[in-house]
Amino acid sequence: MQNRTIETGVGLFLLAGILALLLLALRVSGLSASAATDSYKLYANFDNIAGLTVRAKVSMAGVTIGRVTAIDLDRDTFTGRVTMEVQKKVDNLPIDSTASILTAGLLGEKYVGISVGGDDGLLKDGSTIHDTQSSLVLEDLIGKFLLNTVSKDAK
Amino acid sequence: MRKKSLMERIRLLGRSAIDIVAVFGRSGIFLVHALFGRGGISGGFQLLVKQLYSVGVMSLAIIVVSGMFIGMVLSLQGFSILANYGSEQAVGQMVALTLLRELGPVVTALLFAGRAGSALTAEIGNMKSTEQLSSLEMIGVDPLKYIIAPRLWAGFISLPLLAMIFSVVGIWGGSWVAIDWLGVYEGSFWANMQNSVSFSDDVINGVIKSVVFAFVVTWIAVFQGYDCEPTSEGISRATTKTVVYASLAVLGLDFILTALMFGDF
Repeated sequence: MQNRTIETGVGLFLLAGILALLLLALRVSGLSASAATDSYKLYANFDNIAGLTVRAKVSMAGVTIGRVTAIDLDRDTFTGRVTMEVQKKVDNLPIDSTASILTAGLLGEKYVGISVGGDDGLLKDGSTIHDTQSSLVLEDLIGKFLLNTVSKDAK
Repeated sequence: MRKKSLMERIRLLGRSAIDIVAVFGRSGIFLVHALFGRGGISGGFQLLVKQLYSVGVMSLAIIVVSGMFIGMVLSLQGFSILANYGSEQAVGQMVALTLLRELGPVVTALLFAGRAGSALTAEIGNMKSTEQLSSLEMIGVDPLKYIIAPRLWAGFISLPLLAMIFSVVGIWGGSWVAIDWLGVYEGSFWANMQNSVSFSDDVINGVIKSVVFAFVVTWIAVFQGYDCEPTSEGISRATTKTVVYASLAVLGLDFILTALMFGDF
């Protein structure tokens, strides 16, 4: 009898441990079983990707439709090349869609926003978005603003 | 007292160095014999289950209670700081990452060293001082196989499981405080957490950490018991050493592991 309670306790303990790992995987890290298969790759070249990180959201109309999977420098054009994985069910993006790097909130993280174009052709796996808008760099903005006021004063 | 000559001092220094190396060597041989030595014991699985019960299941209560309180405190503290920047949704991300990467493995290992490690040392030390270990040898049973190995395996198995339970309970406690009490929006709490926690980087690295800690803490506890002086004073000293050495080893190793896993080099 004593032995049985011990064995039941150990069994429950092991089950609780495995359940904890499952919860960490599914609930906390948002791992889904079929993440790799149901998405396709898109590329976009930005003049400046400042602040965008790998695993940032790719969203359209505020809805998250994918993730940034890699960022590297294009050696020929000196632009930042962003690789994105977009969900398979969003397979009707027109070929002249625009990708821009936006900020969530004032201090939030950067994400890629996609706005729809009007072309009949569709973006396929591996194609590149050509119409892009770079990350907003605060120093550039302040520089432009100062330049503007200086030229106004000169008039 | 006579003043020690220079040669005498050098001799003492050499002797302490040899003693330290000897302890490391003894504990290494001890571990290899206990885990990989020849000659299994019949009913070894039954022994393991019994040890899993006393090492793992009996530690559940302290792990669950402290995990919940640590999660709740993290959530409260994080909320009051993050609210200054208007980003209190990030509290879920903060609680989850802190627990998975650091507090889960480390605090569980420290509690485990105090709760289960000291008990292992005292139990084995008492067996040694009452000559139960030598009697086992007399009747032809290897105490390393019969007493030590099940306890080592039980520690290796239970500490990672306890650490994961700690993290889950902590995250649950944190979500309870943040969502139900402080009024963080539930959807953004979980979405922020899921966006920032990666299974391979954070969860698996946390589990690797707790496996390493399990190895070190159990090894120290069992070896201190097996190697102690067989007197009541020796047992008390060995128990103290277990808790002190195990805690220091856990904290030091945690820094090294964190630098290897999350440092950018």
